[in-house]
Amino acid sequence: MYRKDKFMKQIYDILLEIVGPGFVSDAQEEKYIYSMDPGTMPACEPDIVVMPGSTDEVQKIVQAANTYRVPLVPLGAGLVLSGLSRALKGGIVMDMKRMNRVLEINELSRYALVEAGTSQGMLQAYLRKHFPNLKHSAPDAPPAATVAGNVCIHGSGHMSHAGGFHSDMLNGLEVVLPTGEVVRIGSCATSPYWFARAPLPDLSGLFLGWAGTTGVITKLSIKLYPNYPLNDVSVFVCEDASIIPDILYQITGTQVAEDVTTWMTPKPDWAAGFFHCNVNYGAKTKKELIWKRNLIRSAVESYIDAKTGGFLPLPSMMKQRFLEVPARQLSLFADVRKGGGFEYVGAIMPVELFPKAYDLGLDIADRLGVSYSMGCRIIGINHSMMFFYAYAFNRADPDDVARAQSALEETNKKVLDLGGIPWKAEAPAQKEILRKMDPNMVDLMGRVRSILDPNHVMNPGNWEEDR
Amino acid sequence: MKYAEILHRCFRCGYCKLPGNYIDFNCSAYAAFRFETYSPGGRMWLLRAWLDEKIEPSRRFQEILFSCTACGNCVEQCVLTKIKDELLLAFTAGKEALVCEGKVPPPVRDCLTKLQNYGNPYGFTRKKRTAWTVGTGIEAFSDQEFLFFPGDVGAFDSRGQEIARSVATLLNRVGVTFGILGDQEVSDGNETNAMGESELFRLLAEENIKHFNELNVKKIITLSPHGFNALKNEYPKLGGTYEVFHYTQILAAHTGSLSFENDLPEISVTYHDPCYLGRHNWEYGSARKILASLTGVKAREMDRSMQNALCCGGGGGNLFTDILGKGPESPAQNRVLEALGTGADILAVSCPTCAVMLGDAVKSTNLDKRIQVREISEIINDRLK
Repeated sequence: MYRKDKFMKQIYDILLEIVGPGFVSDAQEEKYIYSMDPGTMPACEPDIVVMPGSTDEVQKIVQAANTYRVPLVPLGAGLVLSGLSRALKGGIVMDMKRMNRVLEINELSRYALVEAGTSQGMLQAYLRKHFPNLKHSAPDAPPAATVAGNVCIHGSGHMSHAGGFHSDMLNGLEVVLPTGEVVRIGSCATSPYWFARAPLPDLSGLFLGWAGTTGVITKLSIKLYPNYPLNDVSVFVCEDASIIPDILYQITGTQVAEDVTTWMTPKPDWAAGFFHCNVNYGAKTKKELIWKRNLIRSAVESYIDAKTGGFLPLPSMMKQRFLEVPARQLSLFADVRKGGGFEYVGAIMPVELFPKAYDLGLDIADRLGVSYSMGCRIIGINHSMMFFYAYAFNRADPDDVARAQSALEETNKKVLDLGGIPWKAEAPAQKEILRKMDPNMVDLMGRVRSILDPNHVMNPGNWEEDR
Repeated sequence: MKYAEILHRCFRCGYCKLPGNYIDFNCSAYAAFRFETYSPGGRMWLLRAWLDEKIEPSRRFQEILFSCTACGNCVEQCVLTKIKDELLLAFTAGKEALVCEGKVPPPVRDCLTKLQNYGNPYGFTRKKRTAWTVGTGIEAFSDQEFLFFPGDVGAFDSRGQEIARSVATLLNRVGVTFGILGDQEVSDGNETNAMGESELFRLLAEENIKHFNELNVKKIITLSPHGFNALKNEYPKLGGTYEVFHYTQILAAHTGSLSFENDLPEISVTYHDPCYLGRHNWEYGSARKILASLTGVKAREMDRSMQNALCCGGGGGNLFTDILGKGPESPAQNRVLEALGTGADILAVSCPTCAVMLGDAVKSTNLDKRIQVREISEIINDRLK
């Protein structure tokens, strides 16, 4: 354990030397704001916040953290809601958002190379301006969220039916290891092109899903997709949770959609009790768009004929909202309790668990009296789903915050019992996962981490068993 | 503190940091400092923390609050429809609470002191208010159709004075009759209000209103969008109701009567929307209409234009307090580079504050041979027969 009383002034001076004045702070204001994210996890104050502007500066900061054995916590936009970028053991929070340049777009090979602090919104805007025929898979997170952060947590988004998890769309990385070496992973390790992770040994997994405990990503290349001029959404509605897995199976089997999501919410009244499956697709021509629409409809024709479900006629305004990326409307959920907060439990699980996952969320929300919204996003061709439980809370009411926190904890446990895995799990949920995990995998994780981070400086407190 | 009840309702989703097209950061304080504390969401949570006595009103806390330029991007972009209109009011209330406690950064204190003692943020005597009119033949207001209100920057800043003279000359040329209050004029108070000194704002506004009423003023043309905002939206609350125009609105209606040189070289111009015309008052058309009417002027838009425009960094009193600073991360330098990126020869402005901020940024970045900051009436005057 580092001695903050002894070394912090020296470390501050070193960081000041590295990044220059204005980009390092140990003031109460930064310590306070960077001690928490918008979720319910308790505050953990860092000692210093630093904002590097280059890989070279990140490297020097990592080296300094090693010299003094100071915890170092990399931060993107801080929108994960599960407190992964809180300084659980104090130390330095490293805000990466100054490193936000789009470095390269390869149009023909459809990839983007960006610095780790680049936001989803900035990449989206850059492509819209310079390469309007290309898009990346944007998550439902606000546009301030970073591309790297979402890849690191195995996020998903508007091309996940076509392309899988955002980590599946990763072509390569530049990483500063916990001991300070800068490493390139993927094709970029041996070629000037950042086009794929194959055919080399795939070491990218050493940095994905680890909550910043194995290194600091400074650059990454992600896959891009065609941005069609015509886009549409069809919404299939039914009242029976048990048929949803098959509905999703049939629709995704057509392989014409880009994004398939399902949502359930008690408000507004017209939506209560129904399961809505949004199927988003695009096309170059109107003829192609109609062909895709008909193909999707025909996939679930038997349900329509049996009158167990059907497609919702969509008013133009609602259609526009469903086509908006990212959907601004989603952030409004934070104001449901007039209190600026919601917790978001994502659970990665097989699609056949949908009915049980829904019942689980309904039971918890009813019992704990929390405002909820539920849904799922299909990953790949029904290969899995990210089932989400969003619980709104009023951050000015400690009882309400505690209720949302209880709902979060219980959901995580029940999801694990069901056979799912909590996504971007907060530190307590990580411990729950580790308890369920194959002990040999737990051991392997520990060994890998010890090799990569011998001084245990990277985001300590995450992915650690109770001792 | 007023509006305290909305502070915790901010989710800190970050839409407020960006323009509507997400192309770059658009909160001028956040873009300059990059710490989350300087973002609108950060300010909301810090204010809540201060009220809850979790943090002290330190010098840094004060600077974080007073670095806000009141540009209104956060109001424009916030997704929380039930509270978004109160965001700036909450920040101003926070500044007001600090003012009441006597805990403001020294440059803010000095600026407010000058406004209190001299009726302007420069600390000049009232007699100097008419210095800009020397040699122009501009008369005191008596029974002309309009009162022309140059404001503090137009009256005292050397660049502002050039712009005031240019606008007044053009108003004369198109046949608009106007007079000025002269040394009876005091600050419009817009920046005083934005800095949270609501009582001083009231005193300043009431003094101007008193003179307006004594002279039976009905219609006012302001040079500054800041003055336009105060006179149009705030003075009526204090009993001073007039027809208030920004000068670009008047000129837009009269440029058809002007004759221009035919053989001037073509120039490309990009227009910078001032916050107090644009986001605060939804006036985006007049300046563009003027530019479109000028032969040989090719207009280009920046990525951040109209409701998405980046502030020059001079609002909220920052022109005088300089809390936002003038470094490479400053909004003014950022804006000049964006304008340069359009390929424009001229960055057009319709606000003396923007002219000063952006003009200084062009000089400090040594870009004066590649792009010029010109005010709208100057562009017109350059092309007149």
